Amino acid sequence: MESLTFEYQGGRPLASAPPATLVGVVSSGNLEVLVEPTDLGGACRIEVLTAAVGFGAIWQAVLDDFFDRHRIADVRISINDVGATPAVVSLRLDQALEALTGGQP
Amino acid sequence: MHDWDLQARNRKARLERAAPVSKGKVVATADARALLEAVIEPGDRVCLEGNNQKQADFLAKTLASLDPGRVHDLHMVQSVLALPEHLDIFERGIATRLDFSFSGPQGARLAKLVGAGQIAIGAIHTYLELFGRYFVDLTPRVSLVVAQAADAAGNLYTGPNTEDTPVIVEATAFKRGIVIAQVNEIIDTVPRVDIPGDWVDFVVQSPSPHYIEPLFTRDPAQISEIQVLMAMMAIKGIYAEYEVNRLNHGIGFDTAAIELLLPTYAESLGLKGKICRHWALNPHPALIPAIESGFVESVHSFGSEMGMEAYIQARPDVFFTGPDGSMRSNRALCQAAGHYACDLFIGSTLQIDLAGNSSTATLGRIAGFGGAPNMGADARGRRHASPAWLKAGREARSGRNVIPRGQKLVIQMVETFREHMQPAFVERLDAWELAESAGMALPPVMIYGEDVSHVLTEEGIANLLLCRTDEEREQAIRGVAGYTPVGLARDKRMVENLRDRGVIRRAEDLGIDKRLATRDLLAAHSIKDLVRASGGLYDPPKRFRNW
Repeated sequence: MESLTFEYQGGRPLASAPPATLVGVVSSGNLEVLVEPTDLGGACRIEVLTAAVGFGAIWQAVLDDFFDRHRIADVRISINDVGATPAVVSLRLDQALEALTGGQP
Repeated sequence: MHDWDLQARNRKARLERAAPVSKGKVVATADARALLEAVIEPGDRVCLEGNNQKQADFLAKTLASLDPGRVHDLHMVQSVLALPEHLDIFERGIATRLDFSFSGPQGARLAKLVGAGQIAIGAIHTYLELFGRYFVDLTPRVSLVVAQAADAAGNLYTGPNTEDTPVIVEATAFKRGIVIAQVNEIIDTVPRVDIPGDWVDFVVQSPSPHYIEPLFTRDPAQISEIQVLMAMMAIKGIYAEYEVNRLNHGIGFDTAAIELLLPTYAESLGLKGKICRHWALNPHPALIPAIESGFVESVHSFGSEMGMEAYIQARPDVFFTGPDGSMRSNRALCQAAGHYACDLFIGSTLQIDLAGNSSTATLGRIAGFGGAPNMGADARGRRHASPAWLKAGREARSGRNVIPRGQKLVIQMVETFREHMQPAFVERLDAWELAESAGMALPPVMIYGEDVSHVLTEEGIANLLLCRTDEEREQAIRGVAGYTPVGLARDKRMVENLRDRGVIRRAEDLGIDKRLATRDLLAAHSIKDLVRASGGLYDPPKRFRNW
C-alpha cells in the first residue's frame, strides 16, 4: 500500500454544504471516493490510499487536472484505490463532484 | 504436344486410390486416415477449414496423425490457426509452409515454431486477400472442410455457420482438386443445399459434432463505466453527427457497450430510425435489445454465434435465413459487404502510435489480422454516396484543391491504459521488433493511420480527418492519450487550440453528462437479461450461464 496526499490552493468554496457523498464500490469498480465539505482554510486536500505502489507522478497529473476542472476549496477527498486506471479515477471524481454540486460549478 | 489435362488425370489417380475405402462418396469414420493417405500427395497445397468459429477438428486431428514418411512438405493455406492440431501438423513434419490470416489462440506457439525454423510463413493475409489468392496462386489441391450434415450424394448442409466453406470448395472443386467434408451426420435429405454434391468428393461422419467457438459473446456484467462513457461519446459524437446507418463493429466489450446503449441512450437522443439500421455483423447477443427495440433493420453475418440459432430463426426480417429457417452466413461476402457497403468500422486494438497506426502484434506472438484490415480501411474502389461517407470526405478535403470524394469512418476505440497499466498509446509499435525477429517484410500493422478517421478514448474524440499536418495529427492523438507517457508529453497549448477548433472533443464539449455514465444505462446487465430480452429464444452456452 502507498499513501499520498495532495493539497491545492486558490479554489472557491461550494455554494452550499451538502452531506458527504460516497461513490464507487470496491467490489465492483476497484475504487472508493469520499467527498466531504470541511473547513480547510481554503484548501482542497486529496488523500490517496492505493494498492499500486510507484504511480505518484500519474496521481499528481490526474489530480492536478481534476483540480483545474473544478477549482474547489474547503473540500476533503479520500480515495481508496485497489488498482483503478486513471480513467476510472477521473470519472469517479467528476461524478462525485457533479453529484455533490448538482452539476453546477 | 502439350498436355493440357494434367490436373484432371492427377485427380482421377487420387480418386482411384481412394476407391477401396469409399462407398460412393461416403467414407466410414474409421477409414478417414486411410482416405487422407490415399488422396494427399507430398508437397500438396492443402486447405484445412479452420475459421474463427467452426472447426474441421476431426479432419485436423486425422491429418496430424498421418505418417510423415508418406505425407510431408504440405503447404497449408487456411484462414485461422485455432486448434493445437493446426500446429501439430508442422511440429510432426507433415507440413512445412503456411499462408494464413489469423492465429489468435495459437499466436505464441506459432512464433516459437517459426523461430525454430519448423514453419515457413508465406504471408499473413486478411480474409479477403487469402480467399482471393485461393483463385489466383494459392488454389488448394485438397480441401478438408466441415458441415453440419451431408446426404449420400455429397450435398452439404452447413446450417447457420456457413462461414468459409463456399469459397474454399469453389476454389478447389473447379480446379480439379479434391474436397473432403467432415459432417456431424449423414442423412437422406439435407434441409437445404449449401454446397452442391457434385462439388464434393467424399463425406465422413465425425465421431463427435464439430467444435464451434462462441467468439462474439460478451457478458454485459463485465462492461465498465468507462466503456459506457466511451460508448456515449461514440453515439453522440460520431454516430449521430455523421448519420451512420451502415456499419460493422469489431469484437469486444467497448463495442458491446455501444450495442447495449442503443435502446437507452441513443433512444433518449431521438436517434431511433436515424442511426445503426443496417449491419455487417455476426449475430452478437449484445445486439438483441437493439433489435427488439426496433433500431435494427438488417444484419448480414460472417458466421453465426452459438445459442443465437432459435432467436435468428424467429427474426427472419432482420437476418439472412434459408427456406429451412436457419441462417446462412458467408465470410467472404460479408467481408466484401463490410468493406464496400458500410460507412463505419469501430474496433479496439492493443497499441496505437503517434501517426494513428494500430497493431495487435506483441513480442513473442504472431496473431495475424483476420478481417479487421478490410473493415478498417477506406474502400478506395467505392463510388456510391451516403451522408456519412460524404461528410467524412468533406472534412478530410476541406481547404484543399482536390476533387470531391467520400471517405469511410474508421474509429479506433481504446482505453488509454489496458489491464496492468499497459499504455495503449506508444511512440513505437511492438510490431517493428516482431517484424525484425520473425523476418517479416513489413511491420504487421492492423489498421494504417492514414485510414483512421477518429481515435476515441475515455478522454475524448480526436478527429484526424480535420488535421492538416503530421504535427497536428500527433498532438490530436496525444490530446486523447490520457496519462500515458504519450499523453503526458502533449503540447498543452496546441491541444487546447485543437480543442477550440473541434479537432479534439471532450465529453463535456459534446454535452454529455458524466453522471449518466454508469452501468444503469446498459439495456442489459447480464447474460440472463439478454435471454429475457430475446423472449427466452437466446440459449447461451453453458460457460456463460451462472444461474
